[in-house]
Amino acid sequence: MVDTILPLVLTGAVAKRRGKRLIGPIDAEIGPVGFTIVMGPNGSGKTTLLRLMHGLQRLAEGTVDWQGTQIDVQKRQAYVFQNPIMLRRSVKENLSYPLSLRGVSKSSATKTVNDWAGRIHLDRALEQDAMMLSGGEKQKLALARALIQKPDVLFLDEPCANLDGRATREIEELLLETSRAGTRIVMATHDMGQARRLATDVMFMLQGNLHEFGAAKQFFAQPETPQARAFLNGDIIE
Amino acid sequence: MSPKPGQVDRAGLVHAMSDIFEGLKAAFWLLVALDRDLVEITLRSLQVSLSALVIASAIGLPFGTWLAIRRFRHRRTAIAVMNALMGLPPVVVGLVVYMLFSRTGPFGVFGLLFTPAAMIIAQVIIITPLIASIAHQSMRELWADYHDLLISLNTGHWQRIRTLMWDGRRALLTASLAGFGRAIGEVGAIMIVGGNIDHATRVLTTAIALETGKGDFALALGLGCVLIGLAIVVNLAIHRLSRTERDGRW
Repeated sequence: MVDTILPLVLTGAVAKRRGKRLIGPIDAEIGPVGFTIVMGPNGSGKTTLLRLMHGLQRLAEGTVDWQGTQIDVQKRQAYVFQNPIMLRRSVKENLSYPLSLRGVSKSSATKTVNDWAGRIHLDRALEQDAMMLSGGEKQKLALARALIQKPDVLFLDEPCANLDGRATREIEELLLETSRAGTRIVMATHDMGQARRLATDVMFMLQGNLHEFGAAKQFFAQPETPQARAFLNGDIIE
Repeated sequence: MSPKPGQVDRAGLVHAMSDIFEGLKAAFWLLVALDRDLVEITLRSLQVSLSALVIASAIGLPFGTWLAIRRFRHRRTAIAVMNALMGLPPVVVGLVVYMLFSRTGPFGVFGLLFTPAAMIIAQVIIITPLIASIAHQSMRELWADYHDLLISLNTGHWQRIRTLMWDGRRALLTASLAGFGRAIGEVGAIMIVGGNIDHATRVLTTAIALETGKGDFALALGLGCVLIGLAIVVNLAIHRLSRTERDGRW
C-alpha cells in the first residue's frame, strides 16, 4: 500500500453526456498538500469536475491518474454532496455505515462514532432519525461520515450552500482541522469570502474549461484573465 | 308482480339483505363455536398462503431490488415482462402447474398434485411477479436517492442490495402484504391443483366456491367474512410486529 494516492493528474480529461461535452479537456495536477477551492459561475462545470476526479462521472476522453491500486484509490477518498444524502437510519447508523462496510468491529466502531458525534455536536442525537435533522446538522453529519473513513482526499461540493453563518463556521473549522491533519481537500464553492478564508490554491472554471489554476494569493490579488477578474469583482459572466 | 325494466326488484333486495344477514349470523356462530372444520380450513388457508408468501418474498424482494440497481441489456424488457406477469390469470397458472405435476407430467414423480404443496407452488408463481414488481418500483426510487452516496462509498453489489432492502423495508413489507392479499383470496389455481378435497386441500376460498355452488349462500358468506377478517388480522399483525407506524416519521 502506498503512503498517499496523490498526486492526482488529469490529462486531457473530458466528460460528456449523451455525446455532448460537459467539461474539458482539462489538464491539472493536484499535489499531496493544500486546500483547493474550485470556483466559477453556475454551469461552469465545478460539480462535474469534482465528480470526474472522484470517479462518479465517467471519463469520456483523456486520463485521471492516481497513485496506487484502484482499490486503494477508491477507498482513500470521500465525497460530500451539496444536498447531503442521508441514509434512512439514525445518526449513529449513518456514522457507522462506512465503518461497517470496511469490516470494523462493532466495539471499535461505537467508540469512533461516539467520538465523531461529539465533534459535530450531535452526541445527544445519536438515536434520532437522520432525516429529521436540520440542514446544517445533516451537512455536518455527511461531513463526519466522510471523515470517519480517514480519507487521503476529501471532495466537497458546496457544503455550506444554504447554511447560516454559525453552521458555516462550524464546518469551516472542521475542514481546517482536517486539512491541518493532512487530508487533501478539494472543494467547490460560490462563497468568495469562504474561498479567501480557506483556499491555498484555486481552480477557476468557466464554460467547462479550467480557466485558471494557481496559488490562491496570486489568484485573488492578480487574476490572469479578464473573466476571472470580472468574476472576482462580482460582475456577471457566462 | 315482476319489476319493470330499470326498476329495483324490492323483493329480490330484501332476499339478498336477508342472505347477507344470515351470512353474518353464520360467520358469528362459526367463530363463536370454533367449528372444527372452519378451524381446519382456516389454518390450511394460512399455511398455504403464508408459505407461498415467504417463498415468493424470498425470491421477489431481492430480485426487485437487484433489478432496480442493475443495468444490463434488455433491462426494460425484463421489467415490462415482470410487470405483465402481475396479471397472470390464476386459472392458467393452475392449469400449467397441473400439467407439470400430473402423473404424466415432468414432475409427476414427486406426487404433489392435490396436495397443499402444489397449491403453494401455484401461489408462489402467481404472487412472485407482483411482489417483485412493487418492490422494484419502491427500490428504484430509493436507489435514485442513494445512488451517488453508495457509489462514492465504494459499496459492492450485494452491499447495495442489502442497504436498500434494509432502509426500504417498510415499502418491501407493503409489497409482501400485497402478495399475501392476492394469495389468500386466490381460488382459480388452487382449485385446479388442490382439488378442494375435504380434510386435505380445502381452504377458505375453495370452500366458499363449493358452498356457493351448493346454494348455501349464508355459509358461503360466513366463510367470506372469516376470510376478510383473517386478511385484516394478518395485515395488522405484520404491521405491529414490524413496527411500521411506531417508527414512522409522523
